[in-house]
Amino acid sequence: MKLLQLSPSELQQRLSGPGVWLRTGPFSLRVQSRIPSVAKGLVDLYGQFETRDSRHAFADFHVELNAPSMLRRWLRPQVDFSFDGSLPFKPLPLDQAYPMLEWGLNWCVSMHAHQYLIIHAAVVEKNGLAAILPAPPGSGKSTLTAGLVLSGWRLLSDELTLIDRVSGLIHPLPRPVSLKNQSIDVIRGFSPEAFINRASHDTAKGTVAHMRPPRESVRRQHEPARPGWVIFPKWSAGSETALSPRSKAQTFMFLAQNAFNYSHLGTDGFRVGTALIDHVDCYDFQYSQLPEAVAAFDRLAATPHDVD
Amino acid sequence: MTSIKSAHTARSQDRVSAILRDPESLRRYSMADWDLLIRQARSSGLLARIRHMLAQNHLLERIPDVARWHFDAAATLADKQQLAVRWEVTQIQQALAGLAIPVVVLKGGAYVMAALPAAAGRLFNDIDILVPREQLNQVEAALMLAGWHPTGLSAYDQRYYRRWMHEIPPMQHMQRATVIDVHHAILPDTARYHPDSGKLRSRAVAVAGLPGIHVLAAEDRILHSATHLFHDGELPHGLRDLTDLDLLLRDAAAAPDFWTHLCARADELQLGRSLFYALRYVQYFLDTPVPDSAFAALHAAAPDRLTLALMDRIFTRVLAPSHASCADAYTPAARLAAYVRAHWLRMPAHLLIPHLFHKAFIRTEQDSEAPKPA
Repeated sequence: MKLLQLSPSELQQRLSGPGVWLRTGPFSLRVQSRIPSVAKGLVDLYGQFETRDSRHAFADFHVELNAPSMLRRWLRPQVDFSFDGSLPFKPLPLDQAYPMLEWGLNWCVSMHAHQYLIIHAAVVEKNGLAAILPAPPGSGKSTLTAGLVLSGWRLLSDELTLIDRVSGLIHPLPRPVSLKNQSIDVIRGFSPEAFINRASHDTAKGTVAHMRPPRESVRRQHEPARPGWVIFPKWSAGSETALSPRSKAQTFMFLAQNAFNYSHLGTDGFRVGTALIDHVDCYDFQYSQLPEAVAAFDRLAATPHDVD
Repeated sequence: MTSIKSAHTARSQDRVSAILRDPESLRRYSMADWDLLIRQARSSGLLARIRHMLAQNHLLERIPDVARWHFDAAATLADKQQLAVRWEVTQIQQALAGLAIPVVVLKGGAYVMAALPAAAGRLFNDIDILVPREQLNQVEAALMLAGWHPTGLSAYDQRYYRRWMHEIPPMQHMQRATVIDVHHAILPDTARYHPDSGKLRSRAVAVAGLPGIHVLAAEDRILHSATHLFHDGELPHGLRDLTDLDLLLRDAAAAPDFWTHLCARADELQLGRSLFYALRYVQYFLDTPVPDSAFAALHAAAPDRLTLALMDRIFTRVLAPSHASCADAYTPAARLAAYVRAHWLRMPAHLLIPHLFHKAFIRTEQDSEAPKPA
């Protein structure tokens, strides 16, 4: 059954009681919360995801978002993220409860799922090949990802590229796309189809909102993809759209440094990383206009891949 | 020996010690059981160890597909940590080689260096070493030269460590962020019991290929693990440490007259009471085979009946997995009692009361951020 088939009162009841069970890509979650904005966020963004009765289902991650204490609730309302009873983060203002759920879930995956090499990068797919988009914050990675998945590319993930250590394939985790500051309006202007939830202000990353993942990406969330490209996007005001080849060695070093668990995997991390680099084309990508950027990606996807 | 009465949540809900006692029991597991086992094992730091035990019993394929990755991922991490521990000990050996002093690696690091079954699937927070007290300053200086620096503790904690403790504040490596605990004894100077570190060192065993690096002899290793467990106030890894003891005991028990030697050595080092508790609770949690003769030999060190009844109520709770599913209404009180008891054993009242007062009320931001004194 899909989450949207639960009535709002049923969802609310489950969230504040035994929890809501959800499947996102390879992981199952159980979420508990008495905070209305968390319930609203789930209804708005996770409607297409599968849910089950949490009392009988196995869950990989048990998470809870609630106010730290009674006193705090009146003084300065806050929210704690609890991972099965432990608190990996300091509390945040209550207004940031929903983004905290998303950040907390990213933490759950990156701290535990060592069956994958986990790279801090967005990843999208077209015609069976995945484009990995690693980039430091502020490079326009999330904006580009949102633009691409609103234009027919499949969302695999906007933060966590999961590379299966055995098959080398990329496993999708198509959770909502995190948008910051100006990119919220850029995406609203780019496509009337984009659904973006209520923004939280004054977070560590500025204003943050989340875009609902495309229905087709969620439907195909168990279908892995072959890595095709590693592309470093850079948004730069007024610049021409330009795709330029990039050194594989440098790209490998960057990916290793930006993987969450490269060092935990020992020699296997090196093996998985080099196998990936052998199978992809590496580019730097500069853009200022989102529609032009999407067109450049579409041209790339239409060109025969010269590796393999 | 009187048996332990228990009909509480910590016993009935504890999937971790249940599966370690009887691996075959997983054949009857529902998905809800797997869910609970994984959560409890993760919070006890025992996922990788359980995987190892299931592999030995040819039961890995019995783990349902959706649950298996949790065990595999933890084993990946444990394997990497074993490599890292070996590397770290080599680095410590090089840093201290010039001092020409005996360096004894303690606890988990020792299990890895001595290739003991207790190394299997073990996770690490730090590496513990024991050096002669007279050379403590030189050791600290040599480690600083090699890149380890004292962690940012508050002035109070610094004083507390250096004046009263059996170790100096934890040292962290600048690049690798690994942490070493440097000890000059296995209990604080202020503690009720004073096991002689010289006696421990005199029987230490050299590690092949690393000149100057030693591990404790088999009996002493067990006594240290037991002492540490029953003098530690917070017990975040109580069950993990208990499984270490179980594996150490099962491995060492093959030697002739092992139990006689162990109990005699406990008496010699004033550690009979800790050993008594250790044997009682490994038997309770993990069905470790302990002969009645061992309890008889420790009779003089054993607590009286009332104390024992109280200790049973405390330790059957605080040594269970530190997970909400194993807690009952008495668990918070049991944890507090274990905390106060450990401190009571570690320092006399005129030091203890001001110390607990400081920890309870004068906790600064820096105190709560930094690693806590053991």
